[in-house]
Amino acid sequence: MSLEEAGIPTIAVHTHVFSRLAKATALANGMPTTRQAFVPQPVVDRTAAHLRAYIEGVDPVSKRPFMQEIIEGLTGPLSSEDLKGMSFDRSRAKLLEPDTEDNLHKLFQENYWTDNLPIVLPTEERVAAMLKGTSHSPDKVVGRLRPAEFREFWELTVEKVAVNAVMAGARPQYLPVILAMAASGTTARSSSTTSFAGIGVVNGPIRNEIGMNAGIGAMGPFNHANATIGRAWNLLSQNLQGGSTPNESYMGTLGNWYSYSATFPENEERSPWEPLHTRYGFKKTDSAVTLFRGGRYTQAGFGPRETWKEKFKRVFAACSPRQSPLLVMDPIVARLFTDLGFNSKEKLIAWIEENATLPAREYWDDQWVQTLLKPLAVSGVEPYATNLKAAPDKELPMFRAEEINIVVTGGETQGAWKIYEGTRSNNGTVSIDAWR
Amino acid sequence: MADKIRVHDPRGYPPKVTGKRLAPRLETLEGKNVFLVDCLFDNSEVFMNELSDWFAKHFPKVNISIIKPRQSWVDDPEMRAKVAANGDAAILGVGL
Repeated sequence: MSLEEAGIPTIAVHTHVFSRLAKATALANGMPTTRQAFVPQPVVDRTAAHLRAYIEGVDPVSKRPFMQEIIEGLTGPLSSEDLKGMSFDRSRAKLLEPDTEDNLHKLFQENYWTDNLPIVLPTEERVAAMLKGTSHSPDKVVGRLRPAEFREFWELTVEKVAVNAVMAGARPQYLPVILAMAASGTTARSSSTTSFAGIGVVNGPIRNEIGMNAGIGAMGPFNHANATIGRAWNLLSQNLQGGSTPNESYMGTLGNWYSYSATFPENEERSPWEPLHTRYGFKKTDSAVTLFRGGRYTQAGFGPRETWKEKFKRVFAACSPRQSPLLVMDPIVARLFTDLGFNSKEKLIAWIEENATLPAREYWDDQWVQTLLKPLAVSGVEPYATNLKAAPDKELPMFRAEEINIVVTGGETQGAWKIYEGTRSNNGTVSIDAWR
Repeated sequence: MADKIRVHDPRGYPPKVTGKRLAPRLETLEGKNVFLVDCLFDNSEVFMNELSDWFAKHFPKVNISIIKPRQSWVDDPEMRAKVAANGDAAILGVGL
């Protein structure tokens, strides 16, 4: 659209499954008649012959020849609508029209304002009680969220975060954690076709102050604070960023269970290592939450046993190379690693960086390495540029040390570990104390 | 009859939309410089090459150039400036 503004007639080509999203985005940008043409989904993995057939075929949305859409999009006459664009204000009242509880529950569900589990209706009284959980004023702007990088940002206030916290069933004392998550600018509900979710890790004194569970079942539905804080982050993400409606503002083809709730505290008291937030500039006495984008792959195991190195190499090789690992382990596992000489998380991270490798031919064949890292390599950015020249069988490192994170949690009933996809987001560790 | 209650709207604050007009269209593509902007999605390069071939076969008098941003999903002002300075029209793809 910026090319249109620069005076260059432009037409954008999308695959047909994105037609509603593409049109909604054009409307939100004030250019609802942006010229668009569509080819069938998918383009990925199609041969040149298939793609040529798309070009010579019919636009599956307009049902007209694809190339006719292209040429007329650049040369056809403009209407008065094209020349004026569309300005409009989308502000709305703070409160909904009064209705019965049953009707309001139905309204919330039908509008995709819930996660399809029962919610607590955000009455004025409940929201006022929730706001007592922070010293900040209700109209203070917390930050901005958007469901994808090419979408518009929506602004969110303390009050709007509190509304969604009420809906999730959270208690006022959890609000500083939820505000910190909202302030991160990281959505837990990306519209990505790849269905990634948000994972939150809480560190510092607030874990115990609000009764979070870092013991048995820390990552399961066994603790009110863990469950409702993670749920609140998801609900506020979908509602305060402009929606998370399938085929409109959510395009994840498989979806993700972690999109219900995936937030847990580190078991700092039983861990032999420094807590996660100290890696990102916080003191142990600070409370902070770290946000990750991921949850597409999950690996699991027990130990370390005698052959742990072989197992770890296999497990990491099965991860996706551009999607960073978040290694979560029970305190038993962490202590066994210290017995093996890994007396800090950094030492184990260094081992993983060195030993998590893939042959170059597999590395560069990954869809997202192709899409996101290959352009950097072609532009000369290191280490990708050097790696692009590697022989097909040369083993390439999958992750850089700064992309790998370790968290200790769990109740010591088993020496269990899991590896989740967890890419720490930009500004991904946020002060909770700032939102008390 | 059940009592009615008032609740907050859970949705956030969208920015105000400011209308923007489309650029004037061309009378013809013949003799014009048309940039095919490869958005760097997987396989979009193959698509753009096929599109370029289609123009060469059916509209040989259109000057086609394929151009790519430096990174996926990141605005490239330098590339945009090049298209604006040297192009008469642009086709973007294949994107979301």
